[in-house]
Amino acid sequence: MTSQNTLSQLDALEAEAIHIVREVVAQMERPALLFSGGKDSIVLLHIALKAFAPARLPMPVVHIDTGHNFPEVLDYRDRIVEQYDLQLVVGSVQAAIDKGTVREEPNGSRNRIQTPVLLETIESNRFDACMGGARRDEEKARAKERVFSFRDEFGQWDPRNQRPELWSLYNGRVHQGESIRVFPLSNWTELDIWDYVASREIEVPSIYLAHERDVFHRGGMWMAANEFCQPREDEMIERRTVRYRTVGDATLTAAVLSDADTVDKIIAETAATRLTERGATRGDDRVSEAAMEDRKKEGYF
Amino acid sequence: MDLLRFATAGSVDDGKSTLIGRLLYDSKSIFEDQLESVEAASKARGTEYTDLALLTDGLRAEREQGITIDVAYRYFATPRRKFIIADTPGHQQYTRNMVTGASTADLAIILVDARKGMTEQSRRHATIASLLRVPHLVLAVNKMDLVGWDEAVFNDIYEEFSQFASKLDVPDLTAIPLSALLGDNVVDRSVNMPWYDGASLMHHLEHVHIASDRNLQDVRFPVQYVIRPMRNDVHDYRGFAGQVASGILKVGDEVMALPSGMTSKIAAIDGPSGPLETAQPPQSVTVRLEDEIDVSRGDILCRVGNHPEPTQDVDATICWMDAEPLVVGKKYGILHTTRMARAMVKDIAYELDVNTLHRDPDATQLGLNSLGRIKLRVTSPLLVDDYADNRATGSFILIDESANRTVGAGVIRHS
Ligand SMILES: Nc1nc2c(ncn2[C@@H]2O[C@H](COP(=O)(O)OP(=O)(O)O)[C@@H](O)[C@H]2O)c(=O)[nH]1
Repeated sequence: MTSQNTLSQLDALEAEAIHIVREVVAQMERPALLFSGGKDSIVLLHIALKAFAPARLPMPVVHIDTGHNFPEVLDYRDRIVEQYDLQLVVGSVQAAIDKGTVREEPNGSRNRIQTPVLLETIESNRFDACMGGARRDEEKARAKERVFSFRDEFGQWDPRNQRPELWSLYNGRVHQGESIRVFPLSNWTELDIWDYVASREIEVPSIYLAHERDVFHRGGMWMAANEFCQPREDEMIERRTVRYRTVGDATLTAAVLSDADTVDKIIAETAATRLTERGATRGDDRVSEAAMEDRKKEGYF
Repeated sequence: MDLLRFATAGSVDDGKSTLIGRLLYDSKSIFEDQLESVEAASKARGTEYTDLALLTDGLRAEREQGITIDVAYRYFATPRRKFIIADTPGHQQYTRNMVTGASTADLAIILVDARKGMTEQSRRHATIASLLRVPHLVLAVNKMDLVGWDEAVFNDIYEEFSQFASKLDVPDLTAIPLSALLGDNVVDRSVNMPWYDGASLMHHLEHVHIASDRNLQDVRFPVQYVIRPMRNDVHDYRGFAGQVASGILKVGDEVMALPSGMTSKIAAIDGPSGPLETAQPPQSVTVRLEDEIDVSRGDILCRVGNHPEPTQDVDATICWMDAEPLVVGKKYGILHTTRMARAMVKDIAYELDVNTLHRDPDATQLGLNSLGRIKLRVTSPLLVDDYADNRATGSFILIDESANRTVGAGVIRHS
């Protein structure tokens, strides 16, 4: 790189994200990093590790465990925790159901009941900042959310009353009980994430790469047949080559048919794809046009 | 591939959403399911054509009222560049939103309806873009289809706008006649306006030269955080983490830490992927020095002969963003680079009318969305530069100390 050149878009996005992560640690008392094992949180974790190297990550990683996990993802999480000597905090949806603080939804999805478990985990650990890997290009409501996104003492987001955010000056001031959700990857797109994974040679859970799996077709999406999700009478199990574009609740997250078994092939496919990742594979956002906005106001990540 | 950030400004109905929708659509950044949901929403509202404007209207309240109320960010890429659009709405809270979008923009597009010509709003957009020092300005004269693609209409608007802009500080102005609805001069050159021999909007966005907009002269490295691993294998490691605001840092260079004034040499620069010989804006790096000098968050590393001025008296143009007005005598939190302090408003020199550029020296307060020149007294010295020389060390925000809201954005006038 010569002084005439500007940074590449990946280097510029990385520099911005590192700056944000460092602001969180410098400004906040008890920050945490939300880590699901999904590709966005993996990239965020790598950026946070780089931001403080050679020191350890100066905050715990938090996993909100729905209990509906892909085993490959849990396995990955545990290996990463060990490799980087991380402090892991688990907020368990199953434990909350057993205690009776949340109730299982009739459709079996645990996506909505994740929210109270997340809020309880934030409260009991007195976290005043939680970083997450969400991106503004994922969904329309997110397009307007700040990088430092203020939450009141109920964990709620008020889209009409956000703090103005200018230059790279982030206002992290909160009163006791309030908190900030921070999105260092706000300006990244799905393609940027994959480009970064490839160029920095970051390992991702194997379910992101094409593999053979027993699946069935439901509502225009390919669902995996597993302990959480079984085909109905009229649905047929088929063996197909698939990969996942997001890793959410295993009962809801659908696979896409794909032969992309390397990150480079995923990039080629992503560059050509005509469906957004949430639209293609997340049953939970399809309910209504404003589904995401409603969930965010309640405190969903 | 590099990154261009731009802001779009226009009055309601000038066609801003349509234009952005078209940029996204024509650069193939719109996915099938997004398009389907927009088609379905258009049908449900009884619109007969697919309203590309719906692509950019995010929140439910906005969809219901049919207006955009907050800054929204959009992304698209072409093989040459990645783009970040700050879509700043034209309705209420206008100034606040445009100031926000313009603060990080390399370029601003000011949209004008060819039938209406320049309006008060267009003047306001130009004033804000100039105040925030957006390096490149595009005057987009839209709806040319509705004026019969008439060259004279375009020239008159361009002429009037240039005259106004000459009173401001506008480094680079480009005017483009277009039809956002029909796509003329958006991506492809228009066949309906052969008299126009400039580039299409997309071509201009892809090629405008931004590398030289960065300040590579004045070394400014605001320290964000001190990294001290305190582990046996890296026992003596002490690094100053931050993002290069301007200038080029080089291993071996002598640097001065402010406010202490102590000097040392750069022993090493650690980048995200390993050691670096040099670092430039906007890289985030960790700098290690040869000597153990006292440096902490809020300090700035610079050169001995070229440094920001430490001062407790700050002269600034402020954009007020809160319902509760700014008044003389009130105290606020101030965040400048990585330093947090307290500031008291000593004086309001004048309120600026953004439409006429008239200065009202009798103003006693600044209300929501107003701009004015003020004097602040700060509890501890800030290390400031003139905003015109340095966006990072020349800007600050004011924070309401009890509610913690961000209430003002300031641009330092230091000469
Ligand atoms: N004829 C014509 N109509 C346009 C053009 N651009 C936008 N419009 C229409 O002008 C109206 C307002 O456009 P919209 O994009 O919603 O404006 P915004 O309020 O600035 O976002 C809509 O009915 C558009 O279809 C254009 O270039 N030509």
